[in-house]
Amino acid sequence: MLGMLKRLRQGLTKTRENFVKRIDQAIRRYDRIDEDLLEELEEILIQTDVGVETTMKIIDRLRERTVEERTKKPEEIQALLRDEMAAILGGHSPPSTDVELTTGPHVIMVVGVNGVGKTTTIGKMAARYKQEGKTVLLAAGDTFRAAAIEQLEIWAHRADVDIVKHQQDADPAAVAYDALQAAIARNVDILIIDTAGRLHTKANLMEELKKIKRTLGKLADGVPHETLIVLDGTTGQNAQTQAKIFHEAMGGISGIVLTKLDGTAKGGIVLSITDSLSVPVKMIGVGEGIDDLQDFDAKSFVDALFE
Amino acid sequence: MFEQLSDRMDSVLKHLRGQGKLTEKNIDDSLRQVRRALLEADVNFKVAREFIENVKEKALGRGVLKSLTPGQQMIGAVHDELVELMGEAASPLTLMDTPPTVIMMVGLQGSGKTTATGKLARMFKQQGRQPLLVAADVYRPAAVKQLQVLGESLDVPVFSIEGSEDPITICSVALQKAKQAYQDIVILDTAGRLHVDEDMMAELQSIKKAVGPHEILLVVDGMTGQDAVNVAETFNDQLDVDGCILTKMDGDARGGAALSIRSVTQKPIKFIGVGEKLDALEPFHPDRMASRILGMGDVVSLVEKAQASIDMDEALKLEEKLRKETFDLEDFRTQLKQVSKMGSMEDIMGMIPGVNKNALQGAEMDEGAMARLEAIISSMTLNERRKPNIINGSRRKRIASGSGTTVQDVNQLLKQFNMMQKMMKRMGKMNKPGKLGKMMPF
Ligand SMILES: Nc1nc2c(ncn2[C@@H]2O[C@H](COP(=O)(O)OP(=O)(O)OP(=O)(O)O)[C@@H](O)[C@H]2O)c(=O)[nH]1
Ligand SMILES: [Mg+2]
Repeated sequence: MLGMLKRLRQGLTKTRENFVKRIDQAIRRYDRIDEDLLEELEEILIQTDVGVETTMKIIDRLRERTVEERTKKPEEIQALLRDEMAAILGGHSPPSTDVELTTGPHVIMVVGVNGVGKTTTIGKMAARYKQEGKTVLLAAGDTFRAAAIEQLEIWAHRADVDIVKHQQDADPAAVAYDALQAAIARNVDILIIDTAGRLHTKANLMEELKKIKRTLGKLADGVPHETLIVLDGTTGQNAQTQAKIFHEAMGGISGIVLTKLDGTAKGGIVLSITDSLSVPVKMIGVGEGIDDLQDFDAKSFVDALFE
Repeated sequence: MFEQLSDRMDSVLKHLRGQGKLTEKNIDDSLRQVRRALLEADVNFKVAREFIENVKEKALGRGVLKSLTPGQQMIGAVHDELVELMGEAASPLTLMDTPPTVIMMVGLQGSGKTTATGKLARMFKQQGRQPLLVAADVYRPAAVKQLQVLGESLDVPVFSIEGSEDPITICSVALQKAKQAYQDIVILDTAGRLHVDEDMMAELQSIKKAVGPHEILLVVDGMTGQDAVNVAETFNDQLDVDGCILTKMDGDARGGAALSIRSVTQKPIKFIGVGEKLDALEPFHPDRMASRILGMGDVVSLVEKAQASIDMDEALKLEEKLRKETFDLEDFRTQLKQVSKMGSMEDIMGMIPGVNKNALQGAEMDEGAMARLEAIISSMTLNERRKPNIINGSRRKRIASGSGTTVQDVNQLLKQFNMMQKMMKRMGKMNKPGKLGKMMPF
């Protein structure tokens, strides 16, 4: 647990340094809380990709609370800010990556736009579940992108789990169907289905995802049990649209995985998304290594930002 | 592409246009809205701030407060600043007189380097050149294979060294091979990396030193947020890149990264990627894009596209109609039929001035929607098509039942058409023949 927190902090160092440093600097320049200070905080939030609307909401709340709680000292505003951010992030059911093992395999479908880190995340997840002693099967559902199947095969090998694949350009729904059949027959605990990256604006490709889901549903009830959307932490406001449209198309996304937080991207987009959709962030990607995947926890996320 | 931004701009500017006299206060108010529009489009906050300051200075300098047409002056200032920021003309790649020209692709993970490499190769091949692709991404699983598959599908050779983990050697040897084999273009597909990863950035510098690329292209995801500035600045500082390729611009990305990157690096965006297929690469036209951001549509591109995929006569007729303001529902239908040949409906609509993309969002622009539109128009009488304003309530009901749609569908189509017509009127007034699309809508 301690080790995990440390990793989270390491992963978030870039985010934190920038954030905390800038807030500190801003606060030090003021001897009272006024509109100029609030405007500086606003810019800092914008800079982290929180987005105009959510930023305004947070700043408005700060303004209200400084009046209500008679906060005068600029130092105190940090605690308020942290409070507000945690409230937005934690306002939803605490995410859990512990899968409840039902009868039959627990099926997870992974979706998202191109290049966000779906396949890598699946590799990391497979390794993690395997370490927990579960049996894992991967489905190479990206039959479109060149060498996508080979990429997942390499990850399957790294994580030491099995994979079901078809040919390039095969019907992804058929791959998923076969994989689920295999998963049932082999009695595996968890089946994770990779899908081709697609822009949420392509109606026909979104249909294809729905078809995969429908096809799975023919074999077993309530499948897939989870649909995860992978979002690239460097993405700006568009991530919100992505989350929204995939959420609608899939009849509900069960969680978000936010990747590439090992760069300088601030990941502030998480706030706007959890603010507008009640979908929890479940995991974050903090590198390309097989164990660079961490559970997302709203409180430690914000704590790590502000400590 | 720049939809949201242009929608916002549109409403801000519309408001300004209506102003009789401007005060410094309502200039500030509208500029605050422009700033917000820019931020929502992911333009970096510093760039947005500077932009606003410059516009204000420009507008005041031009005497906007005393002007009889202050709205126009303001819009002019916004437009000029936008063009200044984005650069005027398209920047093509520089090819060497003595081949091979070496192009090095760099960028973050997942930004689309390999696909862009394939697209460039296809473009060169079509120009009758002999490109060689170099698989220098030795890190990501199956990256080499991905490039090999692309190369195979394009019938373009791909150089790789089996088992090698040294991209510098791979690139150097590839260059030698290219010279021996008389390949005139060499494209290096390097691994994605974080700009803060010092070892990996040093590797790029070593490759640069070893092969001396003529064009270093930074590939950036068009959906990138505020961080685009950090990424572009670092890559540019360390490698002195020659230009950028903005990818995934076929979605609804607001594309603010384009403005940010250009502003902090002063390096041009050379191409944009507009699809997963290998032909989905377009030269970037900043001047046209500026108009597009301001909601004017990109008529030049539209007409060019029309010329490429429709016969000249039709394109000319369209241009003529736009100018003479005689565009009616009958033309709209003909156009719908043609349009499916020109690309996705969204793309086309984005290029037509004044088409409100928000209104379009509800109506899914898929095949089905096209068929529906066509069915509705076909259920109208010729007279109705020529004079859509005679279509009253009972006619709407008849048309709806005739086309198997709902009255709402009919209403929506008429609304869309109405908007289009209005914009075209405005354009018609300002356009002299042949200058289509270059003017501002006032
Ligand atoms: N630095 C960093 N890179 C990551 C992370 N997650 C994924 N990547 C990299 O991002 C790139 C794209 O990852 P993929 O897993 O292929 O992404 P994808 O969503 O499966 O891509 P497509 O299937 O092509 O749509 C690869 O180079 C990964 O190594 C992360 O958390 N941090
Ligand atoms: Mg993938």
